[in-house]
Amino acid sequence: MIAVFLEHHEGELQKGALGVLGKAAQLGDEVAGVVLGSGVKDLAAQAGRFGAAKVFVADDPALEAPLPQPRVDALAHLVREEGVDTVLFAASVLSADVAAGLAARLDAGLNWDLVDLAKDDGNLVGKRPALEDTVYVDVGWTGEPRLAMFRPGTFDPAETGGEAEVADFSPPQFEDFSTQATMLEQAHAESEGPSIEDADVIVAGGRGLGSPENFSLVEALAKALGGAVAATRAVVDAGWYPYATQVGQTGKTVSPRLYIACGISGAIQHKVGMQGSGVVIAINKDPNAPIFEFADLGVVGDLNEVVPKLTQLVEQRK
Amino acid sequence: MKIAVCVKHVPDATVTKRIDPQTKRLDRSGEGALNPFDTQAVEEALQIKERDGEGEVVLISMGPERALDSLRKALAMGADRAILVSDEQVAGSDLVATSRVLAAVLEREGAELVVFGQQGGDSDGAVLGAAVADRLRRPLVSQVAELEIADGKLKGKRQTEFGYDVIEAPLPAVVAVSDAINEPRYPSLKGIMGAKKKPQETVSASDLGLEADKLGEAGSGTSVVALNDPPARGDALKIEDDGSAAEKIVDFLAERKLL
Repeated sequence: MIAVFLEHHEGELQKGALGVLGKAAQLGDEVAGVVLGSGVKDLAAQAGRFGAAKVFVADDPALEAPLPQPRVDALAHLVREEGVDTVLFAASVLSADVAAGLAARLDAGLNWDLVDLAKDDGNLVGKRPALEDTVYVDVGWTGEPRLAMFRPGTFDPAETGGEAEVADFSPPQFEDFSTQATMLEQAHAESEGPSIEDADVIVAGGRGLGSPENFSLVEALAKALGGAVAATRAVVDAGWYPYATQVGQTGKTVSPRLYIACGISGAIQHKVGMQGSGVVIAINKDPNAPIFEFADLGVVGDLNEVVPKLTQLVEQRK
Repeated sequence: MKIAVCVKHVPDATVTKRIDPQTKRLDRSGEGALNPFDTQAVEEALQIKERDGEGEVVLISMGPERALDSLRKALAMGADRAILVSDEQVAGSDLVATSRVLAAVLEREGAELVVFGQQGGDSDGAVLGAAVADRLRRPLVSQVAELEIADGKLKGKRQTEFGYDVIEAPLPAVVAVSDAINEPRYPSLKGIMGAKKKPQETVSASDLGLEADKLGEAGSGTSVVALNDPPARGDALKIEDDGSAAEKIVDFLAERKLL
């Protein structure tokens, strides 16, 4: 049986996990969703509509906060008791910790950053882009259970309208160390700002800007192009720009017609948030930056010179 | 406080990385460097020690002999000593096997705080800290962008898909820091000179009491089946700015009716 970890937030199952659930249902094996939390019984029914024949639910106050370690306990128990041979995750901050903890607990192989999963002669084979997506590696497992985590946004959820059998389960007890970490404050958005999700043109800044003050260069270009300003996680975490403008795995997913990346190296966590963009232009002084692998036009140069000049030329054409 | 920092020697960013078609492993024969994501982990440990005015920062790594170069860089930043697990048997270890080896060293060291960097610069995995925490049976806080330590507890602020979380855990604990947590220092000349004299211990897997079938490819849960070319993509243009890049961008945008 394939189990899919169904992450949820504020009473909603997450799209990425539902997408993985749909993919799992296509592989022809028995597929179960796993919902872990407190007061989450109603979520199980939602999962049935997206391809789960069965949903295991563990409802326990110890699972209320989205912390990984009690979830490892619950999943390890489920794998041992229910004949689960494969556990699938959609990548997220929480999932990565849960999957990795489970790998250690069960001595089970974990393949991550997968963009596909298929059956080959009865064996599961995952597809994983590596080395800045320049090589696609077929990866396998040496035994069971197999653990796999998919790159964010890989599969869209498909509503099939089915109904799931709901099975309650509960780990006999949580490990002493698993419940030691506690959530003091949760999902606090630091500031509000204009939405970048509907923007036609986005000019984004990363650590390569060198200082928060240099965001003025990005803002000026965005203004000239009639676009919005976005930022990478690194600069948002460093306090240079508001969280609301962040593009990437833990930020927003955008798909403007034009995306201009200034001083952005192009880590995979950023790429997954903007790979749906029409045309991508990258300006970066490091010729080895991964962003050049997926930019339609890459400029190796000093953004302090290129960006103001570009702004000026765009202004002149108006 | 005794702080252990787990670091990795990875292929240098300026080297074009390749996977060896024979072994299907990352070719590590070229220039290597300290994983850039680990420099923030080292920096954070040093800042904690400096704030406390006492303590020890121990570096732990697994890799080929050459990994000592990266350990020396972190020693030059200010770490006190280094332990490298270097052994033919551990080559090709995946997450399951690597976490076993690191946990064995960490058990021996018994540090109050174990610090990991955000991710491997070569594997793009942000998973090792959580796996090691489970083996050590210690609380974990990952992706920490702000770390406070007081009264035998740590408090970490970290970003998720939904905003910022603040998580507290008692020590001993494992943290994985975000690359935004600090600006790592550059080693001083004095630091570089001094690094050579700092204790650097190389141990083998059997020194740690680990059996061969739990290590390397034999002890791994994953395998590489085949290597393929990536799907074809449109021709990308890459130019060096010779003073005319801005004009070229404007032409490029105009051709595509984006201006």
